[in-house]
Amino acid sequence: MVKLLELLGRNADFTPAELSAMLGKSEDEVKKEIEAYKEQGIIKGKKTIIDWGKVPDAEVRAIIELKVTPKPETGFDETADIVMSYDNVESVYLAASSRYDLIALVKGNTIQEIAEFVSKRLSTLENVIGTATSFVLNTYKQDNEIFGNESDEEEQRSMIL
Amino acid sequence: MDYSRLLNNKIQELKPSGIRKFFDIANEMDHVISLSIGEPDFTTPWHVRQEGIESLRRGRTWYSPNRGFAELRSQISKYYARRFNVEYDPDKEILVSVGGSEAIDLCIRAIVQQGDEVLIPQPSFVCYEPMTVMADGTPVIIRTKAENEFRLTAAELEAAITPRTKLLILPFPNNPTGAVMRREHLEEIAKVIEKHNILVLSDEIYGELTYGKQRHVSFADIPHMKERTIVVSGFSKAYAMTGWRLGYALGPEEVITQMTKLHQYAIMSAPTTAQYAAIEALKHGDADIERMREEYDMRRRLIVDGFCKMGLTCFEPEGAFYCFPSIQISGKTSEQFCEELIYAQHVAIVPGTAFGEYGEGFARVSYSYSLNHIKEALARIERFLDETK
Ligand SMILES: Cc1ncc(COP(=O)(O)O)c(C=O)c1O
Repeated sequence: MVKLLELLGRNADFTPAELSAMLGKSEDEVKKEIEAYKEQGIIKGKKTIIDWGKVPDAEVRAIIELKVTPKPETGFDETADIVMSYDNVESVYLAASSRYDLIALVKGNTIQEIAEFVSKRLSTLENVIGTATSFVLNTYKQDNEIFGNESDEEEQRSMIL
Repeated sequence: MDYSRLLNNKIQELKPSGIRKFFDIANEMDHVISLSIGEPDFTTPWHVRQEGIESLRRGRTWYSPNRGFAELRSQISKYYARRFNVEYDPDKEILVSVGGSEAIDLCIRAIVQQGDEVLIPQPSFVCYEPMTVMADGTPVIIRTKAENEFRLTAAELEAAITPRTKLLILPFPNNPTGAVMRREHLEEIAKVIEKHNILVLSDEIYGELTYGKQRHVSFADIPHMKERTIVVSGFSKAYAMTGWRLGYALGPEEVITQMTKLHQYAIMSAPTTAQYAAIEALKHGDADIERMREEYDMRRRLIVDGFCKMGLTCFEPEGAFYCFPSIQISGKTSEQFCEELIYAQHVAIVPGTAFGEYGEGFARVSYSYSLNHIKEALARIERFLDETK
């Protein structure tokens, strides 16, 4: 049931008891389903959402678009394989837009480090015919969480009954 | 200067909403988790907001007709027929108001005069009693009971009726208890109403927010009751549109005509921008209602389950977005309980007594908050109970 996944996606800390209450199922059912999802590789693990922008001396992040010549048999997979093998690459997506084919989210200690990574490692790959790098200046929202200064919106609301 | 001699006595004697003090505490504290708010935490669906914006872009910034735009009244008429099976003539039986709140005020003022008794089941929303007083009526409070799942029973109603009774307020689905009246319960009420010549103000503002298989039944849908009923509803809860201030009254032409006169003189017309947005909501908003309702339902299950496991008995609320757990095992009054809870664990809930003295022993807990928020609040309440055992 997708609803279960959706709830876990919102908060990995929901207990089977809470999930069973919300979904109107038994706790055992919920536990079994979670196990099944893990076995099928649908549930991959859990992490903490961090607003890196607020951490002093935190790492730099960039979105790198890659224009790739597809191979007859493997398409973009081969290049994607290489790109994702680097530890500083956090995510890789196939986009297949008219401008770029792969999108990689990359982190580094400094802008220079990322620039060097792109020019030495990525743009030199055999099938990569172009790259465009955008540095992340500020994160407004990530993984459904809204970042930035906690707004005063709440206080503007009236305490009504 | 002595204002007290100049001001209306009735209004000076009116109690300010008892909850103020409580919110003041909450506002001064850091990291308060509130479960106290009485409005949707959702924002108005984007397509609805867009129509409001579009109307401004086109410069539609004038008054509307007193009763509200004809297109809106026609959509309200279709909506009530579609969702609740009652038909109203858009030209004669519908008045668009500034929230359900204004419609309640107009309705009471159009009906009640000196010495008339108005039956008000409590615990219930805070406005019926003061509005009755301001209209020179006499509020007669009927206590609804936990053992009846906070429904109004025919016997309780019958016992409260006197020759001076003019109006019954029927506040279901109920704020703060979450109680609903099913068709069979309404039919019992209708039998009593029919024996006496009285009118009914049915506050159905939470009509879209009921859970389980049975949908809300409008009192006007019970045979012979339409001619005696003024239905009040609005956009605030169903479409998460509280700030737009838009509601409506549906009822017999004779009553709506009088209410319209008052509205015309006191208000002129409901907000124009909101009316354009509301037309969109009624035309294309059914799916939004469903989406929000499903989300409330999950929260409801989580919170009721949480309270039951803590030993705070909580009858299952089937409507609105509140639950009303009994706090009697704590041995404290509602106010004490809520005050200590906010000081100890920084969780704000509302003492049941804010909704009438019969709310004593209970607290209103709103689940119009995200699941994560509710999870954290429940954990804190549990800690509070453990520590004060
Ligand atoms: C039972 C009940 N009726 C009416 C209202 C008034 O709603 P509005 O004036 O926003 O339509 C409220 C608001 O909280 C309510 O709880």
